[in-house]
Amino acid sequence: MSKPKRGPVLTGAHYLDGDHACAEGAIAAGCRFIAGYPITPSTEVAERLAERFPKIGGTFIQMEDELASIAAVLGAAWGGARAMTVTSGPGFSLMMENIGLGVMTETPCVVVNVQRGGPSTGLPTLTGQQDMMQARWGSHGDYEIIALSPSSPQECFDLTVTCFNLSEKYRVPVMFMMDECVGHMTEKVVIPEADTIDVWPRRWYRGPKDKYQPYLPDKDGVPPMVRAGDDHRFHITGLTHDERGYPIITAECQHLCVSRLVDKIRNNADDLMIVKEEQVKGADVVVVAYGISARVATKAITDARKQGIKVGFLRLITVWPFPEKRIRELAGDVKCLVMPELNMGQMYREMERAAGGKCKTLLVPHCGGWVHDPNDILKAILEGAK
Amino acid sequence: MQEFELRASDFGLVLMNPNQLIVGRGTAEHHPMEDFLRMDRMPHIWCSTCGLGTCLTAFIAAVEESTIPREDIVVVSGIGCTGRAAGYLKFDSFHTTHGRAIPYATGLKVANPRLKVCLISGDGDLVSIGGNHLIHAARRNMDMTVICVNNFNYAMTGGQAAPSTPQGAFATTTPYGAFERPFNIPFLVDSCGATYVARWTALHVRQLTISIKEAMLHRGFSFIEVISPCPTVYARRNRLGSGLDLMKFYHDHSITKNFASTRECDIKFQQDIIVGKFVQKDEPTYLDAMDAQMKKTLGAKFVPYVGPMDPGADSGRTKSDART
Repeated sequence: MSKPKRGPVLTGAHYLDGDHACAEGAIAAGCRFIAGYPITPSTEVAERLAERFPKIGGTFIQMEDELASIAAVLGAAWGGARAMTVTSGPGFSLMMENIGLGVMTETPCVVVNVQRGGPSTGLPTLTGQQDMMQARWGSHGDYEIIALSPSSPQECFDLTVTCFNLSEKYRVPVMFMMDECVGHMTEKVVIPEADTIDVWPRRWYRGPKDKYQPYLPDKDGVPPMVRAGDDHRFHITGLTHDERGYPIITAECQHLCVSRLVDKIRNNADDLMIVKEEQVKGADVVVVAYGISARVATKAITDARKQGIKVGFLRLITVWPFPEKRIRELAGDVKCLVMPELNMGQMYREMERAAGGKCKTLLVPHCGGWVHDPNDILKAILEGAK
Repeated sequence: MQEFELRASDFGLVLMNPNQLIVGRGTAEHHPMEDFLRMDRMPHIWCSTCGLGTCLTAFIAAVEESTIPREDIVVVSGIGCTGRAAGYLKFDSFHTTHGRAIPYATGLKVANPRLKVCLISGDGDLVSIGGNHLIHAARRNMDMTVICVNNFNYAMTGGQAAPSTPQGAFATTTPYGAFERPFNIPFLVDSCGATYVARWTALHVRQLTISIKEAMLHRGFSFIEVISPCPTVYARRNRLGSGLDLMKFYHDHSITKNFASTRECDIKFQQDIIVGKFVQKDEPTYLDAMDAQMKKTLGAKFVPYVGPMDPGADSGRTKSDART
């Protein structure tokens, strides 16, 4: 009897780095279109998919630059594909204008940024968490975005699937904010059976073809979508538009258009929020961290607890929209919130804003290139507990 | 209700045999091409005697003459006067960002190979800010039709110089005359591997229509440059008269040379313009080449692209999730 052939999903326990786990997550999420341009330290995601896709019915195209990569992804999404691009800091900057087009045209897709140290060419091979604000505000104009941050190769797999699901549900490009350490860290990754992985469908429009209006929203503020080539004769544009997708260059239309783009995320923030809490109840100090910094913080938290300090841990998985409601609640209960991050204070400012002066907030900054010394985080915890 | 036929001669266009070209049929209550236009977006924003209306007319006539299923045709534009074309054409249409129409269209084509992807955009959009994408799409022989409407300047923003502006011509950013060498656009795309290349002016309605139809039926990267009057900014600043004067100029100064060497197709300020179909050849498209290479290397292990997701499906899973 011949062995049953494998499906595309690589079910089983594997020893994978974060970049490869992200690639497998994309496959598990039903992504079959990748456009990318080589850039360290994200290239392995594209390389793995270039190798895997021709064996599972996917298509990979290496574009001429990152501007082309994200544009191709948006086109592919409207062609009906589940699409993703992969990059790092400098490439992320180049993608920004078209990420805005993705937001404006409500195009589901995933943009993976395996962060490295910057500014400019910076540290191509070394880690950083310096694009967190760029993920939020990098494109011009006013909008809301969704971004997730993984702390392990397992999460690189799991959360890539989540990124696709959220991008389909809210019809917005979702930023997957990895970092070089998580991307190149090799650990056990367990990939479940394909039929147990929760993959959400696109919000397909099922009404009469001639009645389709690309931007007529459902009750949750998100409009259903069609695929090009199915005779709906729809128009989409990056210009401010009405429900029909027609450009209307007035302040009134701008208000309706932009406020819905913002509200569909803000009003559903609770649904989007993924955080992991540990011993937060009764804590004097809570360490708030994400990505590789969250892994490093666990050592400092353990050390602080050995010294009898009541330390809680709030790990951010959803970084945008920022979990400000939870931070605001915590700020009323604790002495201090501590945030280590591999930048000079980006998400920290959001935390400080959300805390609203109700507790002390401490930043443990780091310019990137390497992770924090856990002792620096410990010092901040001790300082916060005073 | 009186039926009528629109002939090119009705617009005062001088053709070799004007009565050959019936650009539309209709009744007084209906525009003859209204099935292909978003009539609820009329009037359009284009200036009177601009060449863009002619380009759209030729495009629609070509679509009608071709046998391509209407729903398979998608239109992609960039930014600028020509960039607005997608918004007026009643197909699935995409008005994208400045310069990125080609990679956007590449995504549409690769993700959904059934689509007949057509681009209508300007010289600034395609050749300047989008130049990198243009040369790579030509190199890949990506199966798409690009109609590049060249009006020698950036018209939407008020008449700045472009990489197509002839030396000596005036533009707002070349107030003392353009001195940079312009691109010879057919030569550029030819040298990069385009497999269908033509150039016409907005006067050559019949030839343009035939070329667009041929380009749409061509497998591979097809490119048509349309020299088009910009009466409001380019012509006015250069004292070239009205759009009609420019049409007369095209009539007197266009030299048809089919299969001319594109190297010789430079455009100099107010001098003869070589027009014609310059290149038509069969070569593997991007998708052909990919399939051939994958089959060669992977043999039976190659699983061709599954295609886009099925809008009828309630599950998010792809077809290939079923064990193969």
